This record gives sequence, structure tokens and C-alpha cells, in this order.
Amino acid sequence: MTLTQAPSPDIPVNDKDLLVVRDLRKYYPITRGFFRKVVGNVKAVDGVNFTIPAGKTLGLVGESGCGKTTTSRLILRAFDPTDGDILFQDRKLGWVNIPQLDDVQLRQLRRNMQMIFQDPYSSLNPRMTLLDIVGEPLLVNGVAHGQELRDRVAELLKVVGLRSEYLGRYPHAFSGGQRQRIGIARALALQPQLVVCDEPVSALDVSIQAQTLNLLSDLQEQFQLTYLFVAHDLSVVEYISDRVAVMYVGKLAELADTEELYFSPLHPYTEALLSAVPKPNPRLRSKRIVLQGEVADPSNPPSGCYFHPRCRYAIDRCRIEAPALREVKPNHLVSCHRADELQLQGVPE
Amino acid sequence: MDGNANVTSTQGVPTVSDNRPDSGAPLLEVRDLKTHFPLDEGTVRAVDGVSFTIRRGHTLGIVGESGCGKSVTAQSILRIVPPPGRIVSGEIIYHRRHPTKNGHGSNGHGGEELIDLTKLDPRGREIRDIRGNEIAYIFQEPMASLSPVHTIGHQIIETIVLHQHVSREQARKRAIEVLGHVGMVKPSETIDRYAHQLSGGQRQRAVIALALSCQPSLLIADEPTTALDVTTEAQILDLMRSLQQEFGMAIQFITHNLGVIAEMADEVVVMYLGRQVEQASVDDLFFNPHHPYTRALLRSIPKLGQKTRDRLESIRGMVPDPFSVPKGCAFHTRCPMYLPGVCDDPDWLEVGPSHWVRCNRAMEPVS
Repeated sequence: MTLTQAPSPDIPVNDKDLLVVRDLRKYYPITRGFFRKVVGNVKAVDGVNFTIPAGKTLGLVGESGCGKTTTSRLILRAFDPTDGDILFQDRKLGWVNIPQLDDVQLRQLRRNMQMIFQDPYSSLNPRMTLLDIVGEPLLVNGVAHGQELRDRVAELLKVVGLRSEYLGRYPHAFSGGQRQRIGIARALALQPQLVVCDEPVSALDVSIQAQTLNLLSDLQEQFQLTYLFVAHDLSVVEYISDRVAVMYVGKLAELADTEELYFSPLHPYTEALLSAVPKPNPRLRSKRIVLQGEVADPSNPPSGCYFHPRCRYAIDRCRIEAPALREVKPNHLVSCHRADELQLQGVPE
Repeated sequence: MDGNANVTSTQGVPTVSDNRPDSGAPLLEVRDLKTHFPLDEGTVRAVDGVSFTIRRGHTLGIVGESGCGKSVTAQSILRIVPPPGRIVSGEIIYHRRHPTKNGHGSNGHGGEELIDLTKLDPRGREIRDIRGNEIAYIFQEPMASLSPVHTIGHQIIETIVLHQHVSREQARKRAIEVLGHVGMVKPSETIDRYAHQLSGGQRQRAVIALALSCQPSLLIADEPTTALDVTTEAQILDLMRSLQQEFGMAIQFITHNLGVIAEMADEVVVMYLGRQVEQASVDDLFFNPHHPYTRALLRSIPKLGQKTRDRLESIRGMVPDPFSVPKGCAFHTRCPMYLPGVCDDPDWLEVGPSHWVRCNRAMEPVS
């Protein structure tokens, strides 16, 4: 089978990258009346651009409804995007553009892209044993069966820190942290290149979060995994990510290397987010920026910059003209008209 | 933990509404409370000997992981422990102020009556008079604690009419007032909305309005911001603090999030498997923790601005099954300082001024 969908020749791609997302859009139409006339769009994802180099982690943060989960599902093509390119450097197939693949090609590609889910209780079938759960991807793709399958699953369980004797047990016998490990073992079964982690630790207890994050970073090293790490907890994202993208109402507000973003943010929204996180230090109380109002409605966003009604630094221009994502410093992209002049606060050192 | 020299905000034990003459007087004393759940598989000792005092106008934080008994403690206070759970021993002494003519709650200046809440019939008149009126409860999930088929206003008005002797018109006026207090935009319109028409932050504001509608002297907030986004969380925490200043109520703040505890509490109780392992002022807890569990918890959370990608220190193992709580110190199976013979029956030791620890090795240098 050959793949003809090479990326458009005018867009150069870097072979060190694994994933290139270009101008990705997903609109959900709002219909009204008997004829279901389209009267508007919910712009869930509205022109998102980023790249993830192989073996690195991109953190995607934002508040609920900002489009971070939609973006991650679009990459796995759980939904079809409205527009945009998702270029993926497959181990065997080379560069492919995910939205253009047909079902057969997708199936082959999906072996290299896996997902770890948020809720370890609802993401495991209670009627399947660990052997069935972790072995299913191997079986479905014809990788292994019989004794070999058992051996492979036992090996995978060991990799994520579970005992191989647990093969015949059901998920109910395990705690939340252990279940999340089962989910991770399932995601790793086919040795994927890209793993999309959607809030993988937010349902876990504090002491278990640390174990799981450590496991994820060990596995990344061991198997050269590339992560897209979607989360709302900024301290967790900081720990795991090389680069961080901040989303607000379907658009990227800021994209920079982790340390740069946390210590010298250039977007007022990033500044406010960092400031709002409750810090485990009672002496830092009441030094926070509390944003007024609520996240804009993506079906009826404000004019100009979507963030301007809540922004302390908004000027007239922000109300009229939507800022484009631009590179203000090397490798530091931000969509704010005033990024060059503002002196924003990062994390207090 | 240095570099705080330039911080001008509250240092040491934060002071809340000290302008009130009665601030700091005991409001609720929990003494050796035990709440157990007899199940077919065995008895779960969800709360197993917990004692603390909540003071007027102050905030007590209760922190712990799931299954540590923090919510059951709060449910025991309000006598809403779900069956088959029941309080098997202990006292919960509520210092009740007699209502004065201008209403209930902390504004009254009558004599104090001591009521042991554990002795009351959970369905009786007396506790129903206290519950939702003098002691209010905010649940974690705002959507689940509001009725989907009644308007916000209906629910607040019902609470007010039930507890205070006012007409429906007056109650409606009060409801609009209290919605305004919690920062609801256009309270006179929101009052006729249903829960599903509000955003997550607005719903939690509505729940807070409902809890505050009778001006309680104690507000129990059980993970009130866990389901919210960070910027909304910051708004709600700010709101709760300013309302506390305004009304002088005490807050029992239950959460698993140490950041939120640092933000809100005056005093903190750390729980592990149904028992208190440490109790201290918020400053002592974060800067001078003594129990190995508290220390490990503080080290294991990823902190903003850590600048390193070293491994996080994690607590080994997991919280034991509630049916087989380890003997002796419940934490000993996971404790780096465990010594056989020493840790069999840890005492509740005072290691500093109002700083208590349940660990026999608490005074030894950290290994």
C-alpha cells in the first residue's frame, strides 16, 4: 500500500518533528428551525498551530471549554477537523496528513498513536480481565495471540509496575492509581510513537499523582515516547512538559518552552492563570490576580481579542482587532498586541 | 522556602476578622469522635477518634486523601452520615447562641447553650433547626446539590422561610440580596433561573448563597472548588474569604489540595485513615511539619516554578484498604521512619504551641 498524501510541498517539515499541527479548526454548526438552517458556529478549535519534536512533551493547558480536549481528539481523528493539517511522521509510512487518510490507512496509523484517559474507573471495561484489556490491541492488530500474548501482557504489566500474576484479575480489584497503570500498559501495548494523555492524573490522589507522573517520564525515556499532555493543572504540566501551549476559547494564547512560559509569560491570560493557582505556601496569600467575569462563550465570542473583557491591560485596539499568534522572542509565540511593551509577572521565585 | 522577605501579606498565623469581640471563642468542639460503617465485609472505621475545635470567625482546614474520613467527619457534625454508618462514640459540642430578635446566628448576643450534636435524633426538630440554618454545608459538586426542577430563587426562599419567620416576599428580597452578596451578576434576574442555565462558577455561587441565606455561624465547605477551573476557583476562594470577614462566620474547609489549604486555613488538621496525624497553624504545617506523612505529602506535590525535572518524591505504596487498616500507626507500612517496636502505638504529642503530632519519632531529625 502506498500513501500519496504527502504534505503540501510548500510547507517545509523538519524530520526531527513527530507531529505538526497547522491551522487546525473544528466548528460545530448551530442550527435553527425546521430546515436546520445554520445560524452560526461554535468554534471549538479555531486555528491552532504547534509542532512536537520526537521524544518530547507538549503540555496543552487551558480552562474547561477552551478546546484542549477537542484538539487532542482531532489529532487522533476521533472527529474530522473542519480545516487544517495534522502532519505525522509515521515510523513506517513517513509523513502523512491525518485528515486526508482513508479508513484502512488510519487503522494502520492508529497503532502508532494511543491515548491515556482521565478517569481510570470508566475507561476500563469491568467485565474484562487485565489480559483482555491490555491484550486487546495486540490481538486486534494481529500482533500476538495465545501464549505469546500472555507473555507480552505480563511483560507490559511489569513495565508499568504491576505484578504479572494480576493477569486474570478484573479492574475492580485495583485502586485508582493501579487502574491508571493498566490504562498506561494498554496504551503502550503496540509501542506507539505518540501518546495523548488527557488529564491522566487529575482523578488521582496527591500521593499517587507523583508516582504516576514519575512513571510517565520513565516510560518516555525508556521507549522514546512523544507526549501530548492535556491538563488543567499548571504545576503538573510544568513538571512533565518541555514546551507548553496555553489555549483560550479555541485559540492559542501563548506557546513557549516550559521555563520561559512559567517565568516570563507574555500573555496576560497566562499571567493570570499562573497567579490564580493556589500555592502551597501560606505566606504567599493574597498576592493573586483574580480575573473578573467568565470564559467567553465560543458560540458568541467578544470582538477583537477574545480575552479583552477580562484583561487588565486591554486598550482600544484589543477590542477591535484580533491579535495573531506571532513570535515575539525566539521560540516564544504569543497572541497579544501588547506583548512587546507589557511587563508581566511569572511564577514567584 | 526563602525569599519571602519582601512579602507584605499576612505573616505567621493569619488573623481573620479580629475586630469582632467574640472571634476565636470556641464554636464547635469535636471530642474523640468515632463514626463507623458496619458492612458485610467488616467494619470500616471511617472516623476513628478525631478531636478538634472550630473557633468563631476562624477557618479550620481538614486535608487528606480520599478515604481518610474528612467528609464523614463533616457529615457526622450535621448528622447526615449515610446508613449504615453511625457515630459510635465521642461528642460534638456546639456552642449555640440564643437567637435574638434581629435574627439567628453569630450576631446574637445572648447566653450560650451547649448542645451535644451526637445526642440529637438525626431526624429530630432540634438538629433540623440547626442544619442549614446555623451550620450550613457546601458540597463538592454544585450541579448535584441544586435541584434541577426548581429555580435558584425557589430553593433559597424555601430555606429562608423554613428557618426564619418571614413572609415569602421578604424572603425573596433577602434571596436577591444574598445573591448580590455572592457576586452574582443581575441577581434579580438570576433568582428565576434554573441550575442548568448557569455556568459552573455561577452555580457554585448560587450554592454559597443558599448556604449563607440564613447567616450561619459555621459553614462547612467540602471540596467547594475541586470541580472548578483555576480562575473560577480563585474567584470563589476570594469570595469566601470576604464573606467570612463580613459575616464573621467560622469555616471548616475540607480539601485534598494543599494549595487551597495554604490559601484559606488558619489552622489545619491532617487526616490519614480516619485519624488525625497532625494539627498545627497553617504556617507551622507548611514550614515546620513534623509527621512523616505531612512531610511526604508536601514533598510529593509538583510545585509551580520548581525549575527541575528531577523525579518527584512519591510516597511508596498506596492508601491501605479500609477493611484492613494496619495495626499500630496506620501509616507505618509506607513510612520511611518506621522502627519496629517504636511505632506500635503512636501518642498524640504536643511538639510546639498548639502543634500536635501522632508520631513517636516526630522529634527526631529527618532521616
